[in-house]
Amino acid sequence: MQEPRIAAHDLACRRGDRLLFRGVTFGIEGGQAMQVAGANGTGKSSLLRLLAGLTRPFAGTIERVGETGLLDERAALDPDLPLGRALAFWSSIDARSPAAVEALGLRELLDVPVRYLSTGQRKRAAMARLLGQNATIWLLDEPLNGLDVHAARVVEDLTAAHCASGGIALIASHQPFALPNMTMLALQEYAV
Amino acid sequence: MIRLFTALLRRDLGRLLGSGQGGGAVLPVLFFLAVAMIYPFAVGPDAPLLARTGGGVIWVAALLAAILPLDRLIEPDLERGMFDQWALRGISEEWVIAVRVISHWLSFGPPLMLAALPAGALLGLDARGLLIVELGLLAGTPGLAALGVAVAAITAGLRGGAALAGLLIIPLGVPLLIFGAGSLSTGGEGGVALTGAVSLVLVAVAPFAGGAAVRASRD
Repeated sequence: MQEPRIAAHDLACRRGDRLLFRGVTFGIEGGQAMQVAGANGTGKSSLLRLLAGLTRPFAGTIERVGETGLLDERAALDPDLPLGRALAFWSSIDARSPAAVEALGLRELLDVPVRYLSTGQRKRAAMARLLGQNATIWLLDEPLNGLDVHAARVVEDLTAAHCASGGIALIASHQPFALPNMTMLALQEYAV
Repeated sequence: MIRLFTALLRRDLGRLLGSGQGGGAVLPVLFFLAVAMIYPFAVGPDAPLLARTGGGVIWVAALLAAILPLDRLIEPDLERGMFDQWALRGISEEWVIAVRVISHWLSFGPPLMLAALPAGALLGLDARGLLIVELGLLAGTPGLAALGVAVAAITAGLRGGAALAGLLIIPLGVPLLIFGAGSLSTGGEGGVALTGAVSLVLVAVAPFAGGAAVRASRD
């Protein structure tokens, strides 16, 4: 397998008429993690969507090697379906069995329709979807939002395990995320 | 590829046929029948008039019924981030939209053709007229489904998108209506063939128009 890598060179992002940031440059190799920090509205989510290839940068280039997974505030799970079947849809797309259902404490929620899940439960379900994707590059947008202390620990441990097995994790969060050997990117330094 | 296609199609059909929010596939059919039912009340019990205009009324009802499912076709998936997740897995928007056209037709076309039987009886169509209407619907509903999906993608995420979609689909559906309903007065094959031709164009264009619309909505 090719060594995963994600790098940005002189990246700028525009939302509407406003330039959110410019000159963002970094490079991350397999096994490394980076937290994108910054106040609300500095463009953390926009940066992650740029890196995921969902939107085009206003300026600069992105280099990405490896399958990319994104976890954001939208779980991408059908609200009318029981959680088990909503996750089963993604495992049929990814051709893998659902992962870490036990560790994320989702076992007893599998029969519950997604729309009845709380914010934290939905976040954990989205995490299970991400784990099932077998992506090497994880883009996590506020992964700890709505999670209790225990669930937050589980997510941090899963991310640490992902990096230990050679994966990349990029975490956009305004709250501290406990991960060994994590670098920081303070987005407000690049604000225009 | 096949696995992906079946997974997407199964989910789409479950969502579109299911009785979840919006009433599923039943609502457009009931609406279609309701239009066919109130028409005789409005023009009076004049059997020859009803039989002469009935085919056209069925076509108008079909076009109006196509408006109802529009807001459930693309918008919810866009909102839930499904399209983003597909894009990350390298599944193009065009692919998803093409599958959506097929699943939307399956949940919309055949039920409408079935409902056209009682509707035809209500309007006093003879056997030949009914046959031409059914053939026309068979040729025209794929185009109507494709148009619906494309328009839904274009208006998804806009404020008042559902109302705008209804306004957009009516003029764009006029060619189908002209050839479909026109085949009744000209007496058959030629009109049905032209309806099919318009349908094919719409089916061919819809995935690209819809895909581009979904991508544009990300910015």
